[in-house]
Amino acid sequence: MPTDRLIACHECDLLEQMEPVPAGGDARCRRCGAVLYQHKHDSLDRTLALALAALILFAVANSFPFLALEMQGLETRTTLITGVRVLYEEGCWEVAALVLLTAVLVPGIRVLGFLYLLLPLRLNRIPPGTPLLFRAILSLQNWSMVDVFMLGILVSVVKLAGMATIVPGIAVWAFALLIFALAGMNAMLDPRIVWDRLGPHS
Amino acid sequence: MRPAHLIAAREGLLSCHSCQLVARPPPARGQVLLRCPRCGARLHRRKPHSVARTWALVIAAAIFYIPANLLPMTVVTSLGNTQADTIMSGVIYFIQHGEWYIALVIFTASILVPVLKLLILAFLLISVQARSRWRPYDRTRMYRIMEAVGRWSMVDVYVVTILVALVNLGNLATMQAGPGAVFFAAVVVTTMFAAMTFDPRLIWDPVETDR
Repeated sequence: MPTDRLIACHECDLLEQMEPVPAGGDARCRRCGAVLYQHKHDSLDRTLALALAALILFAVANSFPFLALEMQGLETRTTLITGVRVLYEEGCWEVAALVLLTAVLVPGIRVLGFLYLLLPLRLNRIPPGTPLLFRAILSLQNWSMVDVFMLGILVSVVKLAGMATIVPGIAVWAFALLIFALAGMNAMLDPRIVWDRLGPHS
Repeated sequence: MRPAHLIAAREGLLSCHSCQLVARPPPARGQVLLRCPRCGARLHRRKPHSVARTWALVIAAAIFYIPANLLPMTVVTSLGNTQADTIMSGVIYFIQHGEWYIALVIFTASILVPVLKLLILAFLLISVQARSRWRPYDRTRMYRIMEAVGRWSMVDVYVVTILVALVNLGNLATMQAGPGAVFFAAVVVTTMFAAMTFDPRLIWDPVETDR
């Protein structure tokens, strides 16, 4: 049995023949219903566009004032990583490291990784280190928690509302838009556009 | 008689968990380390030692869950008064201030989701070990949903981080992350790893073995 047209469900191991799927459609496992693969229209260009947008938003979110606290005429500005710094200085480095990783480093690495892989691919070149890097980027998806962080901001603002006025800075708006850029980037990506360049499977 | 379904592992095929390539391993048996010819990921029939590793992570998370809930998440010192807040007292604070929807968010993300995650994983592990054939489709869906919502438990860790920054720098009070925050972060990370190590294909392995 030739294996190049076969796909095995990653959730129940059912073996199926890969069939072409219309643009925008997906192929689901007959037995357990898991999504096997999707055909995403214009995947490379759209993913690339959203990754570029995400890069700009990420830069803004990390360099401009984030939340400011106003009390008795005094305004205190914080940036995205102020909390990480304060936690680290208090000796709570485990939590500081986790927050830095999931809210800043992993999202940043994923965006840069996408650009590093997809820009040359757009020009029909395969950049060195593609298999390892793309694998890492795919498996890190769950650890990029920009959206969860945003929920944390909302909860914090409600909690402090009685004590002081919280003024959202430019970075908060960039951060909110970043959620959509990252979600779009993940949703537009069809991993097969990378894997198919590397070898078997048509 | 042909089986109704072809299963990759029973056909002697391995599928790459990273790039989905289906590969036929060379006949040489034993301790050979197989890698995907396309993406280089380790190939295995099933995630290695999935049941044992997932159990270890589930038990670790269940142990961390106790101090995470009993020890304070935050310690606030203001004008000589010290107030320690646990996850539950934070939820109660929001209820008392009429912000019941925020209370619901925190209760769901910080208390309900981790407990449900641990119960579901324990249930899936026991059912796999008993080679149960009970509703594999629904058990797979349980796994899928649990894996997708787990990361939202992190919200309380972020709340602590943001509050610490604003409260300390704004000179509202002195606020420190308590030991509960470290244990709670450990619960979130270990349960996420537990969901990753569990192999849902084990649910389906006992199904249709007798034709």
